[in-house]
Amino acid sequence: MRWIRKHLLAFAALAVLVYMLVPNVVVALFSFNKPSGRYNYEWTKFSTDAWQHPCGTPGICDSLGLSLKIGITASVVATILGTMVAFALGRHRFRGRASTNLLIFMPMATPEVVMGSSLLTLFVMMGVPSGSGAILIAHIMFCLSFVVVAVKARVAALDPRLEEAAADLGATPVQTFLRVTLPLTAPGIAAGALLAFSLSFDDYIITNFNASPSSITFPMYVWGASTRGTPVQINVIGTIMFLVALVVVIGGQLLGSRRQRAAA
Amino acid sequence: MAGHESGDLRLAGISKQFEAFTAVHPLDLTVPAGSFFALLGPSGCGKTTTLRMVAGLEEPTGGRILIGDKDITDTRAYQRNVNTVFQSYALFPHMSVVDNVSFGLKRRGDKNADRKAKEALELVQLGEVARKRPSQLSGGMQQRVALARAIVNRPDVLLLDEPLGALDLKLRRQMQIELKRIQSEVGLTFIHVTHDQEEAMTMADTIAVMNSGRVEQLGDPATLYEHPRSTFVANFLGQSNLLRATVDRGEGNGVVEVTSHGHRLEVRRDHVPAGVRDIWLGVRPEKLRLGDSGGPNRLSGQVTDVSFTGVATQYLVRMPWGRELVVVQQNDGSGRARAGETVTISWAAEHGFALDASQDADAGAQLEDDHG
Repeated sequence: MRWIRKHLLAFAALAVLVYMLVPNVVVALFSFNKPSGRYNYEWTKFSTDAWQHPCGTPGICDSLGLSLKIGITASVVATILGTMVAFALGRHRFRGRASTNLLIFMPMATPEVVMGSSLLTLFVMMGVPSGSGAILIAHIMFCLSFVVVAVKARVAALDPRLEEAAADLGATPVQTFLRVTLPLTAPGIAAGALLAFSLSFDDYIITNFNASPSSITFPMYVWGASTRGTPVQINVIGTIMFLVALVVVIGGQLLGSRRQRAAA
Repeated sequence: MAGHESGDLRLAGISKQFEAFTAVHPLDLTVPAGSFFALLGPSGCGKTTTLRMVAGLEEPTGGRILIGDKDITDTRAYQRNVNTVFQSYALFPHMSVVDNVSFGLKRRGDKNADRKAKEALELVQLGEVARKRPSQLSGGMQQRVALARAIVNRPDVLLLDEPLGALDLKLRRQMQIELKRIQSEVGLTFIHVTHDQEEAMTMADTIAVMNSGRVEQLGDPATLYEHPRSTFVANFLGQSNLLRATVDRGEGNGVVEVTSHGHRLEVRRDHVPAGVRDIWLGVRPEKLRLGDSGGPNRLSGQVTDVSFTGVATQYLVRMPWGRELVVVQQNDGSGRARAGETVTISWAAEHGFALDASQDADAGAQLEDDHG
């Protein structure tokens, strides 16, 4: 009993971890399935067919390519704009600062269905054609908020004396920004960019409102496919995405701890 | 910038206005090249603003700043050959100690930046932690890194903004001596901003005492202590006993006779400002003696408090008119007194100083207590 009480926290942590990992494990496991029908919901037989032909289902890799393209473009643009907005909000006092703060927060608070439908109305009124262009504009818009929030926290924590010290030591404003401000805010910017990418890659509702038949993103493809049958390739690509995310996170952790060790 | 000819720092009518608040009134100050100069005053007196104007981090509302014959008023912080040791140290957390120190040299394209940075770290006795991050060092070590980062550039003027404020008392004493040693070794002009009067007196050749955006008095530590010219300086630098007195006509050999609460007292003529009749007669606590041995000036009162501090004993003696005088006696075997006892205290004419009575007797007193 004592032993259990002592390790209660460890048990709880383990239980949470299992709870969170089980879906991923199931996805990975069923990527090696060879279903008998069109639906990949029951374990039938081990097979690596789907891993050998990940693009074996028509349209799947096109939709993946489009999602990656939109995700990367949206996160790069949102990160650049969002970082500038965060610095402006964190560093300067200007007219309309409070309302900008509020507006930036709006997309995070608005239900996606509402935002998706109103964006569609707006695009139709303005004559913007549905499709990947409209999707990209919408994604940049809601990713921006998350980048601003992530970077602003970092800018607020940055000691303004550090920039004064750099100027005092003879660094021009550009040198100060590149050598002091940017490296110190980089973790916030990177977090914002990753968040933006995964939000964009993942988005279904807003994307669906503004898509055209020629702009089927990966989430839309998966949803559309599930009504007709679920190809095993979906599990393969899902597993690959999970592994990529895992490598990024673990890599980031290792880099951080190695830096600390090197400094020790 | 080795071998750079630096001149005196001159502030000519410099002032700073923040909207409705005047942080620094027009101020004239000359800091001779190579000296250790202190700006001393309570928080909010304008000393840090003055320092930041010299550094180029704050733009003066009026006046000029010159180093030698060069007017630097309109130059930006990064264009000035002036470096600052910040109160919070402001070390770059993402760089190693040696990269912090070589930062300024590299901005100037110095080919030997790394070698010079290591030498500067040796000077502050931190050569062995060059590769560490600032966050891995103790407060005292960080303080020395900040100092090395500034002096390695051989600035015309080195500014120190309360650099020892974050250190504990023992370390602070040690760093005071260290700073003084480094200053004489490198021969740079140091301007030290502090609210700690003891620190200013220990280190500086010249002190400017500031109060409410103005310089109250400027001089070497001994002159400021022995001959304060205002009640603020008298109370802010150490303690003072101030007695309300009136100058009499009587003129002795070099002394002026005054009357305070019915007692005839004397004070040296050159310690009395010319043309003043109503004065505060000031005496430092350690100049007072218990008993008659101190000199011709005598007062008697009742001991209300005795505190033993090791080297000395401090007495509070209540005068018949209610004010308590502070008497500090060295514990050198001379006579002691107990609480409740009635004692005579005495002092010599040359130990008194006189201040214009139109000033507040308590100016600067409680401020000094705030900071211990």
